Amino acid sequence: MKNQTNAERKSARELVSSRIINGPARLVFEAWTNPELFKKWWLPKSAPMTIVSCEMDVRTGGTYRLVLSMGGQNAEFFGKYLEVIPHSRLVWTNDEGGVDAATITTVTLEEVNGATLVTVNDLYPSKEALDDAIATGSSGAMPEQLEQLDLLIVNRGS
Amino acid sequence: MVQYSARRLDDTFAALSDSTRRGVLLQLGRANASITELAERFKMTLTGMNKHVGILEKTGLVKTEKKGRVRTCMLGSCRLESEMAWIESYKETWDRRFDALEIVVQELKQKKETK
Repeated sequence: MKNQTNAERKSARELVSSRIINGPARLVFEAWTNPELFKKWWLPKSAPMTIVSCEMDVRTGGTYRLVLSMGGQNAEFFGKYLEVIPHSRLVWTNDEGGVDAATITTVTLEEVNGATLVTVNDLYPSKEALDDAIATGSSGAMPEQLEQLDLLIVNRGS
Repeated sequence: MVQYSARRLDDTFAALSDSTRRGVLLQLGRANASITELAERFKMTLTGMNKHVGILEKTGLVKTEKKGRVRTCMLGSCRLESEMAWIESYKETWDRRFDALEIVVQELKQKKETK
């Protein structure tokens, strides 16, 4: 049985997606925080990108660095964990766009009867930042076609 | 269907519920105009027109640019439709991602159960 994914722009600055995963919160948390497991699901299979490396120091104040490769070009995503509560809550910054312009991602896990409601909230620094992300497709969880396009644009500029 | 933020839709519908504001949109569809020109055309004070344009601007239906003392109004990109399409793709990405997460979690579950 496949559960429904919800996604919406919850406010001027927030994007939220959620879904019930059929498993206990501790296993869902493990899949989010163990780099080997994380690599298995973060990128859609159809995306012509690979994960070059994934380092995670999952604790409050710890950092992470994710390197993706597409067509020989690398793109890095990195930031800091602001809050880590095992099996229930992960908060991190997305600093690749500049620390002042960081989007903050909050993942919450709520277990009910052996299943877990996973909610991912992306909080943008301003309404304009989210409007721009939508207009240009440059969001951390952007549709893969746009993600590729964005990488091409980024790489062309460098 | 996308769960588009109900409040944002409400704002847009509220903006469109007024006949003057609809008239302003039609007018700007033909040509850009200053607040003064719009106020004259709709026989209204500058303050009144400013208020209407402000409401339209808030929803993104109209945008304005100030050059010197003249504020020019024009149709905004009205991102409603493109934003809905974008959020639909955002949802699809997460749907596929959650599918893959589900598989990883099921594998973990089986591993722990067989231990």
